[in-house]
Amino acid sequence: MTAQDPRFGSVPEVREGLKDVAYLADEGISGVVYLADRLDKPILVEGPAGTGKTQLAKSVAEMTGARLIRLQCYEGLDESKALYEWNYKKQLLRIQAQRVAEDSGGKWDEIEEDIFSEDFLLTRPLLEAIRAEEPVVLLIDEVDRVEVETEALLLEILSDYQVSIPEMGTVSATQIPLVFLTSNNTRELSEALKRRCLYLHIDYPTLEREKEIVLTRVPEITEHLADQIVRIVRSIRQIELKKHPSVSETLDWARTLVLLGIQNIDAEQAQETLHVLLKYQSDIAKAAKELATA
Amino acid sequence: MLDLLAGFIQELRAAGLPVSLTENLDAMEAVRHIPLEDREAFKYALGATLVKNNAHWKAFETIFEVYFSLRGAEYTIDEDASEDEITAGLLQQLMGEAQQGSAMDGLTPEELAELLYKALMEGDEAMARALARQAVTRYAGMEPGRPVGGTYYLYRTLRNLDLDGVLERMMEAAQQEADGGLTPLEERLAKDEFESRIDRLRKEIEAEIRRRLVADRGAEAMAKTLRKPLPEDIDFMHASREELSALRRAIHPLTRKLAVRLARKRRHGRKGPLDFRNTVRHSLSYGGVPAEPKFKYPRPSKPEIMIVADISGSVAAFARFTLHLVYALNSQFSRVRSFVFIDGIDEVTHMFEGVEDITEAVHRVNTEADVIWVDGHSDYGHAFDVFWERWGKEISPKTSVILLGDARNNYHASQSWIIHEMRKKARHVYWLNPEPRSYWDTGDSILSEYATHCDGAYECRNLKQLEKFVDILG
Repeated sequence: MTAQDPRFGSVPEVREGLKDVAYLADEGISGVVYLADRLDKPILVEGPAGTGKTQLAKSVAEMTGARLIRLQCYEGLDESKALYEWNYKKQLLRIQAQRVAEDSGGKWDEIEEDIFSEDFLLTRPLLEAIRAEEPVVLLIDEVDRVEVETEALLLEILSDYQVSIPEMGTVSATQIPLVFLTSNNTRELSEALKRRCLYLHIDYPTLEREKEIVLTRVPEITEHLADQIVRIVRSIRQIELKKHPSVSETLDWARTLVLLGIQNIDAEQAQETLHVLLKYQSDIAKAAKELATA
Repeated sequence: MLDLLAGFIQELRAAGLPVSLTENLDAMEAVRHIPLEDREAFKYALGATLVKNNAHWKAFETIFEVYFSLRGAEYTIDEDASEDEITAGLLQQLMGEAQQGSAMDGLTPEELAELLYKALMEGDEAMARALARQAVTRYAGMEPGRPVGGTYYLYRTLRNLDLDGVLERMMEAAQQEADGGLTPLEERLAKDEFESRIDRLRKEIEAEIRRRLVADRGAEAMAKTLRKPLPEDIDFMHASREELSALRRAIHPLTRKLAVRLARKRRHGRKGPLDFRNTVRHSLSYGGVPAEPKFKYPRPSKPEIMIVADISGSVAAFARFTLHLVYALNSQFSRVRSFVFIDGIDEVTHMFEGVEDITEAVHRVNTEADVIWVDGHSDYGHAFDVFWERWGKEISPKTSVILLGDARNNYHASQSWIIHEMRKKARHVYWLNPEPRSYWDTGDSILSEYATHCDGAYECRNLKQLEKFVDILG
């Protein structure tokens, strides 16, 4: 593990860079990304669904020209799927081939040394990120889905950027990857994990920022329509709903309205297209009722 | 700087945020990489390293403001020359008339109100900020060393500004501006916009008052008076309106977390006995060798729950949250039935059935349930009596009965034998009490008389304790 040059010069530079790849970061987001680079620490990103947590990692990868390695977490994920696995089929073949060649059975020590070498190692995302020669961004998505016990798998890699393989020794990172962990907060993550990370909470954006996001992501839209859209969305977010519309749903809605050729939303059109924005029937009914009355 | 940070972190810990030593060191390290003049960046650097839970962010923000609000050029207290020039310039723009000299100090209250209205109408934030400052100087009546809280000053300032009136005026103006009036949708949007502007102004005023108080009393003393409980520690019985809404917001993510946890707990139970059929079926792929033994997973039945809640006066808020939580989790239970009482008792299960919106159902419970028998003072004895008579036979060995209340029985008969009988029939009987344990059995509280017959009596004053209890239940 060698010290490397920081990727970013300053916070505004991060922000501009992200903007160039069509990700509008606010002060907090760009500040934390900058710090993560300087302190060599992973970022734990939390926030409501669809506010651009995963997109942040993708955009940072795009901005720095790094390869994105993604580990999607799910219940039952274990080290053979996250870290590494021995390719036992190949190992078996190797042993048999040896037998055939020497017929006498060969020297076991030799074989053993041979079959536990890198040729027989299947790298999984975490190990791959560590061993990569070129710059990488590692995204560990929805980390809250794994069990608490499995979280421990991540600790070594997150704090020391290394992986210990009993048969081979420790593999250290050739370069320190930028690591993003995202969580939908379905359970409390362990203290040990949180302590190793910088914490970033991405909430629904402010009115101005959301409007900018709509304008960048849906280029065909008129400014007037974008303004109306984000205002209505803000209004809907104030109602108590099961699930509030996310940024990605706002974008979907904007695209829908553009496709329908609508220039100016009135209450009726809004109600007709609400199902793009909201995904629960009760929410739709409630929002429609609220929008019709001032 | 180091001292300041140390004090800051001390205060965070005092407010209940768990800040570990490594996080402390990280914060110090992080600050080195950030230009100190940039207050926002500084704040996020500290936030990212010290605060690892979004619910704690607000507490962090408040303390940050107290500790670092006085540092930074744009936050000087006394109106120095440059400041005056800016406001004078703004004034000229807005009023179109020369208001030189002492700028705002010369304004009449009417002019100030007019300016404020214009600033809000046009969304001019710089102007609004300057006006907020002026309003505090003028109306709050702050005197150094006066031992009153910030809320008092805030109230005085806001009363003089009459922001509700301003909002009304703005709405009227917006109506007139649009030809042919606004559609309901437009009206709603305009109102949202104005409200958010006024809200920002209110925050500005609050911050201004805080800044001045810090200057007067010093950061440590100020932070202490501002210390507020974190959402999970808010006491149900003494929550203010603002805290209640914070609680309501906190309960939703909590139910999601609990549901996941309960479901997981059930699934990851111990393995059961060998599943012979399944093993044989899988052995076929190994040529008949049972290489992969399969086990039966026991599927524990979901508990059935009966909630019997006191909804009189002080404990009502507590009952509301518990009902809310349990119904939000009802997919984790085979059936939830709820009963509410004061001195009469009524079943309210139907109010929750088929209702998507729990908040509304809880509201209906509070207004529609028939719970008054004689005088509307809690009578646990009578309520239990009726409950046992009418619904007692429906308690089965699968039922967990949860009793909610402070057991303040107004010296009526306790009828605690009913609880005893209940426990014989039910799987569990729990009692949740929103009062602190030290208050139990004082005055007319007869909790231990009931508690001896229960499987457990728990103090349940905040979300943290409620969460813990639901875990036991699942």
